[in-house]
Amino acid sequence: MAGEIWVLVEQWRGRISDITYEVLALGREVAEALAGSLQAVVLGPGAGESIFSLGAADGALMVEHSALAEPVPEVYALALAQIIPQRQPQALLIPQTNVTMELGPLLAARLAVPFLNSCRDVQVTDGRPVARCILYGGKVEASVTPQSAPAVFGILPGVRPPEQGRVERAPAVRALSVDLPTEFPLRFRGYTELEAGDVDITRENVLVAVGRGIQRPENVALAEELAAALGGAVCGSRPVIDQRWLPPSRQVGTSGMIVKPQLYLALGISGAPEHAQGMKEAALIVAINTDPRAPIFDIAHYGVVGDLLEIVPAMTTRVKQGKQAA
Amino acid sequence: MLNILVLVKLVPDTVEELEIAPDGRSLDPASVRLILSERDEHALEQGLLLKERYGGTLTVIALDVPEVDDVLFTALAKGADRAVKITGMEPGPSTWTAAGLAARTLAAGPGLLPADLILTGVQAIDDLDGQAGPILARLLELPYVGITCRVEVDPGARSAVVVREYVGGVTGTFEVSLPVVLGVQSAEKPPRYVPVAKVRAAMKSQRLESVPASGESAVMRVEILQLMKPEATGRAVMLDGAPEEVAAQLCDVLAARGLL
Ligand SMILES: Cc1cc2nc3c(=O)[nH]c(=O)nc-3n(C[C@H](O)[C@H](O)[C@H](O)COP(=O)(O)OP(=O)(O)OC[C@H]3O[C@@H](n4cnc5c(N)ncnc54)[C@H](O)[C@@H]3O)c2cc1C
Repeated sequence: MAGEIWVLVEQWRGRISDITYEVLALGREVAEALAGSLQAVVLGPGAGESIFSLGAADGALMVEHSALAEPVPEVYALALAQIIPQRQPQALLIPQTNVTMELGPLLAARLAVPFLNSCRDVQVTDGRPVARCILYGGKVEASVTPQSAPAVFGILPGVRPPEQGRVERAPAVRALSVDLPTEFPLRFRGYTELEAGDVDITRENVLVAVGRGIQRPENVALAEELAAALGGAVCGSRPVIDQRWLPPSRQVGTSGMIVKPQLYLALGISGAPEHAQGMKEAALIVAINTDPRAPIFDIAHYGVVGDLLEIVPAMTTRVKQGKQAA
Repeated sequence: MLNILVLVKLVPDTVEELEIAPDGRSLDPASVRLILSERDEHALEQGLLLKERYGGTLTVIALDVPEVDDVLFTALAKGADRAVKITGMEPGPSTWTAAGLAARTLAAGPGLLPADLILTGVQAIDDLDGQAGPILARLLELPYVGITCRVEVDPGARSAVVVREYVGGVTGTFEVSLPVVLGVQSAEKPPRYVPVAKVRAAMKSQRLESVPASGESAVMRVEILQLMKPEATGRAVMLDGAPEEVAAQLCDVLAARGLL
């Protein structure tokens, strides 16, 4: 029992998310280094059906309960808070997404255990797990270690390739039981799909994306002109949507849309993980940013350190000239 | 009449180049300019919208750090009724624990509770662990919902409908009984702007309250070994030159891929 490393299997609308496999691959390494066994933790009424691709784990811990039908954070946290003391794992690795966001903090508050979030890696040094956590929008990284076990880690997307953690084999299953109340102060009422906008950015070949670096609503027009010249559409990062400079249907990222265009032109976008998750699979990523250390340059194929307000109009002119010449 | 509390904190402005202090485990204070955390600005706006819609009082609460007075007076100028500083916090690598301390002080309660809604930003860039709301909810034995983007209150029924973001533009709707702690992602409207003159007027006509930090001092359950500037993985091919030159190079890249 001692020495278990747990990975929470993140499921969204009946499907295991890729990040689960990424975290399983990481969990495999951590378990090996700590000479522990890797356990995939599956919550939900139909948990049994989803274990066939979890062969990277030595075992699956299954909690089947009707109250776990939807990922309601408080209820999930309560279930985890009951099974953690039962088995005292060394670590619980939680894929960090919008689905699971509150789990780590709720567990930490409930069980008084260490919680390390926004980990882009976890390695074992001198028998201790040491996480690399990002802070300040990716401008600083901290290496952090928990002072006691069990410890909860929130793992960012992209920690390992998903293929590394996807093994089509069902691990040995152990069912765990939880005692959940039938009434919660919090009642789930249903999901709402985003109202379709004028443009479906997931279907566009070329996306010109604007971030906070666009500075003013008037400047969005510069991006519109470039997008029009390139035959694409404009989308944006969260701050631009929060300001209502673009409609919610144009948001790229974890809360917004996942896009895979042929070209993603990131203008004044820093490249926070929540944004990167929505666009990192684009075939060609070009970033323009005034900050040479912006994390977006780590995922871009081409980068320019410069002022988008100068470069974008110059590009629009070029593209239009090129079209006339052709 | 709703009693609304909004817990806010200040974080380093990342527009500044952040430098690491010689101890290697904290930021060089000289490189840090503090501003209101973006998500907390949304929490304040959401609170103000609720107050305007349903009536009540709004109290904004922050840890006493440099620049906090400006932030609190700005909140008063925007429409907050009371502004409270939590004083006497020990200095140190406190960002990981400050949220817990604020939550404990509030729970220890200098006449601020009971509240109907306690709002805070869902997370802040200096710790990214989003623990303030959950710790508070735990200490007060209240429900917690994070990543909220819409809140409607039924004051008669003492309940609220809260919309939480999931993924791909999908949101989930929850019905929750009051009181509740909410981790706000986005207010329903962009945070309001308030002219400097109004902030100055608030400074003249209103005052800030203070309460000493109380409750057990927050336990640091993690050890920061080292802070570092991330190494660029250097994946991007960097282009340089005057704007027109870069534009030309970029167009060549696009043309080579058949994108023009
Ligand atoms: C639960 C949760 C979900 C989230 N979901 C999403 C999501 O779906 N999508 C999303 O985008 N974010 C999301 N976020 C927010 C995310 O964490 C970041 O805050 C956000 O992506 C930052 O947007 P940005 O890059 O535009 O702004 P910033 O990080 O402020 O970056 C602005 C950039 O512009 C550059 N710049 C400034 N001026 C210029 C100029 N003149 N020319 C060129 N560059 C310039 C700056 O150097 C900087 O790098 C989420 C956060 C949370 C907590």
